[in-house]
Amino acid sequence: MNLERRKMLGSTLGVAVAGLLGGTSIAHAAPEDVAARIKELAGEAEVKSGAITLNSPEIAENGNSVPISVSVESPMTDDDYVESVVILAEGNPLPSVATFNFSPASGEAVASTRMRLAKTQNVVAIAKMSNGAVFSDTREVKVTIGGCGG
Amino acid sequence: MRKLLFTGSLIAAAIVSQASFTAFAAPADDKLVIDEELEMITRAKSVEGHPLPEVISGWHFRTPETRAIESDSFQNPGMLGVEQGEEIWNTVEGTEGKSCASCHDDASVSMKGVGAAYPKWDADSGKPINIELRINKCRVENMGAEAYKFDKGGQKPLTAFIKHQSLGMPVALDLAAGDMQKWWEQGKETYYRRTGQLNLSCASCHEKNQGKYIRADHLSQGNVNGFPTYRLKQNKLISLHNRFRGCIRDTRAEFPAAFSDTLMGLEVYTTWRGTGLSVETPGVRQ
Amino acid sequence: MAAKPRVKVPKTASAGDIIKIKTLISHPMESGQRKDGDGNVIPRKIINKFVCDFNGSTVFSADIDPAVASNPYFEFRARVTESGTFKFVWTDDDGTVIETEKNIEVS
Repeated sequence: MNLERRKMLGSTLGVAVAGLLGGTSIAHAAPEDVAARIKELAGEAEVKSGAITLNSPEIAENGNSVPISVSVESPMTDDDYVESVVILAEGNPLPSVATFNFSPASGEAVASTRMRLAKTQNVVAIAKMSNGAVFSDTREVKVTIGGCGG
Repeated sequence: MRKLLFTGSLIAAAIVSQASFTAFAAPADDKLVIDEELEMITRAKSVEGHPLPEVISGWHFRTPETRAIESDSFQNPGMLGVEQGEEIWNTVEGTEGKSCASCHDDASVSMKGVGAAYPKWDADSGKPINIELRINKCRVENMGAEAYKFDKGGQKPLTAFIKHQSLGMPVALDLAAGDMQKWWEQGKETYYRRTGQLNLSCASCHEKNQGKYIRADHLSQGNVNGFPTYRLKQNKLISLHNRFRGCIRDTRAEFPAAFSDTLMGLEVYTTWRGTGLSVETPGVRQ
Repeated sequence: MAAKPRVKVPKTASAGDIIKIKTLISHPMESGQRKDGDGNVIPRKIINKFVCDFNGSTVFSADIDPAVASNPYFEFRARVTESGTFKFVWTDDDGTVIETEKNIEVS
């Protein structure tokens, strides 16, 4: 099945059928892969909620460019700051999206980007603090299929 | 697979022609202000003869996130194309040793209003001319450079740069010039002519069902005031004639060539339908 | 089209202010997940690293994977205590480095 053909199918069949056909040929990261990455990132630390907020649209009009932002509560001093925030996606071919590395000079641990989502899925953000604490937040983003093949 | 495809097309035809336009949702009650400075006209009373009482920019039919990208000229990735267009404007090309700027100087002065008034009547060719073809005419006749092929070379960024000089200005065509009225009528015919295996006209979606959802897509009125527009689907600037062709292709019809008489008529007519809306180039859509 | 960066930094700020910085660069971010018409995988070619330095020390950086959308956009913050120069560096998979700078006046 070449790309044109798949595009045509995608554009003509209903959501469910197109999803079924399109979904079979692409490998996706599983929630387990993401869980394994989080475990690796956290090491001995317990992963807690709170402190970090992941903002993403409930519904993304197009999975090719989905705006997301993270903010982590922290004084951002030399002794107490956010080292990094890792963004992971459970349903993409590869779970990693990006890692934001902060410093006390960041002032605030706030960052935004635009990401790709292959389908409706959970996006996870994990913050690693300078004192070793780890926080995470998860948001589901629904990715829609356009009206006319788009 | 062929059989499945055929069955699929029948299912789709049935769905589209009967039941797939669902749930009307009002266009977003929101104001488009670029960089918190330039207030855009995104809703306007329709011009006389328009079938709808109010013309509404496609911006209102998009999600808050997509709308936000257009309202910030920095975040708008279409501005990368506009900047590239500015470079082309100042670049010498062709045998005459000229750039656009050699004759037209500062585009923010010389091109202001152009994007709101095209397509215009071109007496030389006896046809309407759009910005893409006007650029080509200049390149061939004045610069001694080759005409850009459709969507190639600098055509999209330069068109976006020129139209962007009219950002915020209301669209207003001169239909009294030459035979513009005749082309408007021909474009209107194209707009209402059902076509393709799905048997859809432009009006099926963008007039009769505007505001409803076709699958997950919120159908706009199909106004063209944001073209070339940055589409998140392709993650690049998309020209109007590319979009026309894409739309017609999706009805599963043969699609006319870019800049053909059929599509030039449709450009005149659809631009006229958006009379009074601000030029948004580069718009941001899904 | 060659990568071309845009950055937005306030021209002036007061000492201790936390400022907002926006960056956008033109790049296709070819993910390495797509196939061409003949079924061959289109090789990955992305911006894999972005770094923002102020007066020589790193304020913010990002390690980037193919799931970042084409024309990568980053917005972040910086606390400024003195006048100086922000340096922005994007690194492509092919080794190409794209740089730009912005000055800020801090009073």
